[in-house]
Amino acid sequence: MENLVESLVELVRRASTDLPADVEAALRAAAAREEPGSAAAGALETILENVAMARQRSAPVCQDTGTPIFVIRHPQGVSTRLLQQQAEAAVAEATRRSYLRPNAVDSLSGRNSGNNLGVGFPTFHFEEWEEPYLQFDLLLKGGGSENVCAQYRLPDSTLKAGRDLDGVRKVVLDAVYQAQGEGCAPGVLGIAIGGDRGTGYVHAKEQLFRRLDDVNPEPELAALEERLLGECNELCIGPMGFGGKTTVFGVKIGAYHRLPACYFVTIAYMCWACRRARLVVRDGEATFS
Amino acid sequence: MAVYDLKMPISEEEIRALHVGDTVRLSGVMATGRDAAHKYMVENFIRTDRVPESERALYEELKKLLKGGAIYHCGPVVRQREDGRWEFVAAGPTTSTREEPYQADVIAHFGLRGVVGKGGMGANTLRACQEHGAVYFHAIGGAATLIAASVKEVVTVYKKDEFGVPEAFWVIRVEGFPVAVTMDSHGRSIHDEVRKSSQEALWRLIGA
Repeated sequence: MENLVESLVELVRRASTDLPADVEAALRAAAAREEPGSAAAGALETILENVAMARQRSAPVCQDTGTPIFVIRHPQGVSTRLLQQQAEAAVAEATRRSYLRPNAVDSLSGRNSGNNLGVGFPTFHFEEWEEPYLQFDLLLKGGGSENVCAQYRLPDSTLKAGRDLDGVRKVVLDAVYQAQGEGCAPGVLGIAIGGDRGTGYVHAKEQLFRRLDDVNPEPELAALEERLLGECNELCIGPMGFGGKTTVFGVKIGAYHRLPACYFVTIAYMCWACRRARLVVRDGEATFS
Repeated sequence: MAVYDLKMPISEEEIRALHVGDTVRLSGVMATGRDAAHKYMVENFIRTDRVPESERALYEELKKLLKGGAIYHCGPVVRQREDGRWEFVAAGPTTSTREEPYQADVIAHFGLRGVVGKGGMGANTLRACQEHGAVYFHAIGGAATLIAASVKEVVTVYKKDEFGVPEAFWVIRVEGFPVAVTMDSHGRSIHDEVRKSSQEALWRLIGA
């Protein structure tokens, strides 16, 4: 297999020190919507200034560079073991170059591994596909936003949420209310309906890789995404929880089959620093987006 | 909602003029302090009959530094230059609520005018702000590069070896550090108000 380490270091650098164009544009639009001179407007202007400075200095947008989550799609016959080894080498090197903060802490000893490698760290998902090329998607997900993720079991009598899309809507609104500004609002919501407790979170986080302007192929989910985007913002929690017009700037929903007895709704909250990046390797040539 | 430039030390009059929603650019000398620092101050200086001899020198320094000053809840990423001086590389705020058991006492004892962090604090801190003339300055979560760039100089550091880099008292000179007042000295807290208004909106939207 060709050596992809340097390209993968560049993927990490791009993810950590810049924001995707659609995310930055959404934050810019959010800043324009807030009342001039308000704390909410000030927060968003500071965020945008910080992003521009991070990009220019090639420094992390946020000091919490999070868990690196890799989704790797590969043609038939490629060794996922070797791909993972190369990605791990790249993560360690990116940490050495200060693109990532050392974030992998041994849960028993409390010791930080120092290079972002550890048991189950970073996270890898592999998928074989029919395309002839390799695609690496990377998301850096910080701890503040991870702490406010939530999983609900329907029905939920407190919220009067039944086992249907209206029940889903209610628990998502509750999750955003519970999070207040603590997940570093404004955020993006990745939501999974169904699955089990484990796959619910995996599928919810997969939604965070979607571009903000894509359209859900399932019309019912597309409608719910749009409705929730509006209703979450009616909570007026605002940037950093200061109060304001933008509380979330993206809602993406997927649905898995579920057990008859279970109806989980899983909400993966992503902070404003929705740091995703993509590397495609085709015929030995690397392209980033 | 107004925009202010404030230089530390800050007077009570300047603090009383601030209201929730105001944005402020802080300049001057301030200190970082988080979990270990707050526990240390309360145990050695405040809830004690006698300051230990070994800690007396630092106590005197902190009294000078914090009087009219601000404490920043932050565990910075730092770099040591070849000449031995330190630099802040990334310095966003950490969640403040962990200091709630200590903050009111620290405000009262040292005459702090500002607490800088993220996420807001509770009723005891809000009451201390009202009684002693202090505010909670909310820094922008994630704005690590920008905030580090506003740190013009690391003046000195206390307790680095004992507490570790993130937990030490870093004495820093900042210029134009951007914050928002989210708890003022008049008893208002944006955090309480937003929680309440968003709960009402939630009930309306889910019809519960």
